Order: sequence, then structure tokens, then C-alpha cells
Amino acid sequence: MSQNPSSNTQPKLDRSDERVRHDDSLAAMAKGFFDRVRSGDLGMLPVAVGLVVISVVFSALNPVFLAPNNLVNLLFDCATVGVISLGIVCVLVLGEIDLSVGSMSGLASAMVGVLWVNQGWPIVGAILAALVVGAGVGLLYATLYNRLGMPSFVATLAGLLALLGLQLYILGPTGSINLPYASSLVRFGQILIMPDWLSYTLALVPGLVMIGRGLRARTQRLAANLSAQPMQALILKAVVLTVALEAAVFYLNLGRGIPWMFALFVALAVLLNYGLTRTKWGRSMFAVGGNKEAARRSGINVRRIYMSAFMLCSTLAALGGILSASRLASSSQQAGTGDVNLNAIAAAVIGGTSLFGGRGSAYSALLGIIVIQAISNGLTLLNLSSSLRYMITGGVLAIAVIVDSLARRSRVSHGRA
Amino acid sequence: MTATLPNIPAKGESVLRLSGISKNFGAVSALTDIDLDVKAGEVVALVGDNGAGKSTLVKVLAGVHQASSGTIEFCGQQVTLDSPAKALDMGIATVFQDLALCENLDVVANLFLGHEMSPWALDEVAMEVRAWTLLRELAARIPSVREPIASLSGGQRQTVAIARSLLLNPRLIMLDEPTAALGVAQTAEVLNLIERVRDRGLGVIIISHNMEDVRAVADRIVVLRLGKNNGVFTPDSSNQELVSAITGATDNSVSRRADRKASHVQGNLGGAA
Repeated sequence: MSQNPSSNTQPKLDRSDERVRHDDSLAAMAKGFFDRVRSGDLGMLPVAVGLVVISVVFSALNPVFLAPNNLVNLLFDCATVGVISLGIVCVLVLGEIDLSVGSMSGLASAMVGVLWVNQGWPIVGAILAALVVGAGVGLLYATLYNRLGMPSFVATLAGLLALLGLQLYILGPTGSINLPYASSLVRFGQILIMPDWLSYTLALVPGLVMIGRGLRARTQRLAANLSAQPMQALILKAVVLTVALEAAVFYLNLGRGIPWMFALFVALAVLLNYGLTRTKWGRSMFAVGGNKEAARRSGINVRRIYMSAFMLCSTLAALGGILSASRLASSSQQAGTGDVNLNAIAAAVIGGTSLFGGRGSAYSALLGIIVIQAISNGLTLLNLSSSLRYMITGGVLAIAVIVDSLARRSRVSHGRA
Repeated sequence: MTATLPNIPAKGESVLRLSGISKNFGAVSALTDIDLDVKAGEVVALVGDNGAGKSTLVKVLAGVHQASSGTIEFCGQQVTLDSPAKALDMGIATVFQDLALCENLDVVANLFLGHEMSPWALDEVAMEVRAWTLLRELAARIPSVREPIASLSGGQRQTVAIARSLLLNPRLIMLDEPTAALGVAQTAEVLNLIERVRDRGLGVIIISHNMEDVRAVADRIVVLRLGKNNGVFTPDSSNQELVSAITGATDNSVSRRADRKASHVQGNLGGAA
């Protein structure tokens, strides 16, 4: 099954050990995938299964669920909590947690309302102020953790209450501020949709990037006498991805189309994914999450890594709060309360980021939040009361964590950490 | 990062000079007034019983612990080693007893941890090639460098840890029990490697409980006992001498056991006669 004649004469650097099975053909790749899943390396599988189950159940109960415009609304809703969930991925990768993201997002939404509407600040100034406060809160958590050794669980639990208090305080007795409907911020959160041609074009990008990067890696690896991914697999993956994306875009364009707010969320997810997988910072994040002392002894500045993660998490939470204010066209006492916290955490975990640290991906927030919002959206369509919705979402979170724990146990016994 | 470094000392010149190093953990003094000298192109073996302070000394030199008192001179300059990063940047590489690897990362990521090639767009191909070359040099049997460390055996992990210490072209390399988990062939490779490293003019500190390995490579054997210097020996000193220095008595459990064995054998012979 050798694709390259030179591999017969001179063994590739990484193919000289006869004990390793190499999954080169498509059939072998499929087998490799099943082996990985069985050993607890679930990847995106729970999301795929979850989405299929959810679509079948909810569309059977209410056909509106799969209507294009309902899905467009779903994407609007995904963007707000999804951005918060991106930050949660950062702290979970370190094996830490931030329980105050909901309150932080509420505070940010209140700040925008008070500074922009009540105090007459320019809108950009209000947004920047909220983001800076977010970064400051993250810095505070990191300092408490690094200098005093305060567990992030406790520090952020205290923050949950303190930030909620601050949110109520700055909103004052009225408790709710309406944002002007004509403003660009509210239009961004409710109306602005990508033009069709742009969404079709952008849907081509991931496949093209995949082929471009795959080809480059392939030439480099072959030049360096390393084995390379077979071409057919690369092209197959890219084609499947592109067809799926174009189909999704086509379906959504039957309705209103792709919201700009969702595009912003996806762009942030892509950026974070690059940071986590392709930079020294990301490598250090996973190292600290896997073995803090080993990371320290490798010369990594562990404190700075914690600081970057907590600050990123709180800042993204603040951004999520601003987006939800623009989505709801108001800053209220309810913003960021209720299930926002848990939804953000559940999304990351369902998407495959481990609560135990050292494993995760930015795309887990992207896919996980779609599952969470689909459930929430479906339950709303069924006119279920929020009491039932909370119970069901709680159950889903519990299942996600159980899957994570079982998968981790299986990985340990299969030597995959 | 090499800009702050003093010149590479010539063979025979001092790489590392410790004087009066002490380290207290609360009421326990793990190290008391340790003096140690390592020259370029020299292998110094650090031996001692459990709790003698060998690993503590290595951790002080690696910047993991800070000495309570005493001075450290590295390549002729007095230095303070207040963090592992600083020690690494100065050119002190360490293979820790617990290996200090991240089990969730693959072999390449572990080798280059903290010193990745092109930090803003990791050069995975170059790193993988370098990893294979390095592991080849060590005659390592690592099936794949893209598997997480968790899937490797103890010996393979140890090889990875040793390979990592060589990556940064250090001046001084410290190996804490480098052969403990290794097979026959790998042990020989590591000993060969230590000799190669010494011939390149590096200073080497090796900790081992295996007297055979120690004798095979060490130029000097420094004995620690209860956190204090307890003599310096040459590889041709007798086992008796070394053991009594390590245990602190000529009458010790090792010698008593040897005597008992001997008399037992004699008794058996007597019975047969």
C-alpha cells in the first residue's frame, strides 16, 4: 500500500518501527477511528449523536424546530453564550474553572447600558470599559490563585456573588435599561445578516484551507523523509466538510441567512483554536493542564499561563454579556443569571473539553453550544415552563460530565491519558 | 538566550562550583554545607543512601528548590538559580527522577516543551525531524512520536526525558537515576551517551544506586550521607570503601550480610565434610 516508491528503499523516519500499525488506507483510517472511540477518545462523537437525537425528537414534537428561520434564531442565541464558553474552554484546559462567567456577562451588559444609555458615553467607549473590567476581574482571580493559592472554584464562586451584587448596584432601583433599537449594537444582535454570496464564499474557506495546509504539510513532511497523510483522505475530508457547510448555508439562506454575530463567534473560535494548537502559548496551556510541575520544570512561566487563561475567560465572558445585551436590546437585572453559567460550562464539556484539564479544543465550545441551545430552543418551542427546562438542562449537563468521566477512565486504562 | 552566558569553559576548567550549600525544609536540614566541583569534560557520580540529599541537591541546581545558604558558581560566575527557566537558559539540563513529563502531550511536544520552534506558528515538521534524530542517537525504541506519553513504557519515558535534556545543548547535565527503568541495551546506550557528552566537554552529574554503572562512567564519585559530604572516591576504590562511606560505618548491614553469607557457605562446607 505504498504510495511513494522511495518508501520501499529507504524507510521513513517515523515508519521504521514494525510494531506500529499505520492507518493509511481509508478502511484502515475508519478502523483507527473506531479504535480511538472505544479507548475513550470520543472527540466530537457525543455532539454528533446529541444533535441527531435532538433534531429527531424535537422536530417530531414540533416541525417548526427545523424551519430555517428557527435555526437562524438558534445561531443568534448560540453566539452570546458561545463566546462565554470559549473562555471556559481556556480555564478548563488548565484544569481550573470560572463559575462567575454568568455574573461577569451580566455586569458587562449592565455597564454598557449604564455608561452608554444613562451616562451618554460613546458606545465604543462603553464596550471597551466593560471588556477592561472583564480583564481586570480575570487578573484578580489569577492573582488570588497564583499568590495566595486560592482554588479557582472558591475564588470565582465568591466572584459570582460579588459581580452579581455590582451588577444590581450599578443598575440601580429601576433595574432595567432599554437599549435604542436603531443603534448599531442592537441591530448587530438582532438583524444584521451576511449577504448570501458572502456566506457561500466563506463556507468554501475551511475546505480550501484544509487542502492548502494539508498539501503544504505533505510536501514538507515528504521532503523531511516523514510519512504523510494520503492525498485521497485529505481530499475526501475537505470535500465532505465543504459539502456539509454549503448545504447548511443553503438551508439557512432559505430563511434569513447567517447572522453576523454568529460569524463573529466562529471567527473567535477559529482564532482561539489557532492559539491553542499552533502556538507556544497553547502548547504551554495543555502542558500546565496536564502536569503543572513538569511544565514549570520545562521553564514555562506557569503563573503567566494561569493569568492569560483567567483574563481571557473573564474578558470573553464580558464580551458575551455585551452580545446578549445587544440580542435582548436591554441591560437588566436578569442578564447573566439563571442558566448562563452552567450552559457555558456544559457546552465546553459536551463538545469534548475535559473537566480534568489537559484536553480540549476551541471547537468544543462551538459545537457544544449548538447542542445546548438546540435543547433550550426546542423546549421553548414546546412551551415548557422554565422549571422543566432547568431540570432537563441540568440532566443533560450531568450526562455530559458522566460521559467525560467514563471516557477519561477508559483513556487511562488504554494508556491515552 | 546565549548572550548572557559566560564563555564555554575549556576541558578541565570548572563548570560548577558549590560551596557551603545548605537546604532546610522546616526543621529538617536536607543539605548541610555541601561542597561540589564539576569540571568540563568530567563525570561526577553522586552516591548515597536513600535520604542522603542527592535529589535535593539536583533540584537546587535545577532551580526547583532554592538553597537556604551557600554560593553557586557556574562557568566562573556566581549565580542564583531561582527558577527552572533560569537554570535551563544558563545551560543546566536535568533529567529528574520522576521524569517531569506531561502525559497528555505527545513525544515531540514533551521534547520541545517551553522551547518550541517558531512560537507563533509551531514548526511541527522540523520539530518531529529533530525528535527522530535525537531519539535515533539514543538508540531509542519509541514506536511513534505522535502518541501521548501516557502510552509509553517506563523505559521509553526515561529515554524521552534524557533526549529532552540534550535538546538545548547544555553546559552541565544532571541525570537523577537515569538507568533505573532501562533495559540492558538502553542502559549501555545511556552510559555511551554520557561518555560522548563528556567528550564534548560538558560537565555531567549522575546519580545512581547502581555501583557498576557508576564505576563504569564516573571520573570521581562523591558520597553524600545525611545531607553532608562524606568523601570523594575514584572509580577504582573498593566496594568496601564506598559502602562504608555511604552507610557511615565499616560494620553495616551490607558487610554483615556479606559476612553472614560467607559463614553460611563455610558452615555448609563444614557440614558436607
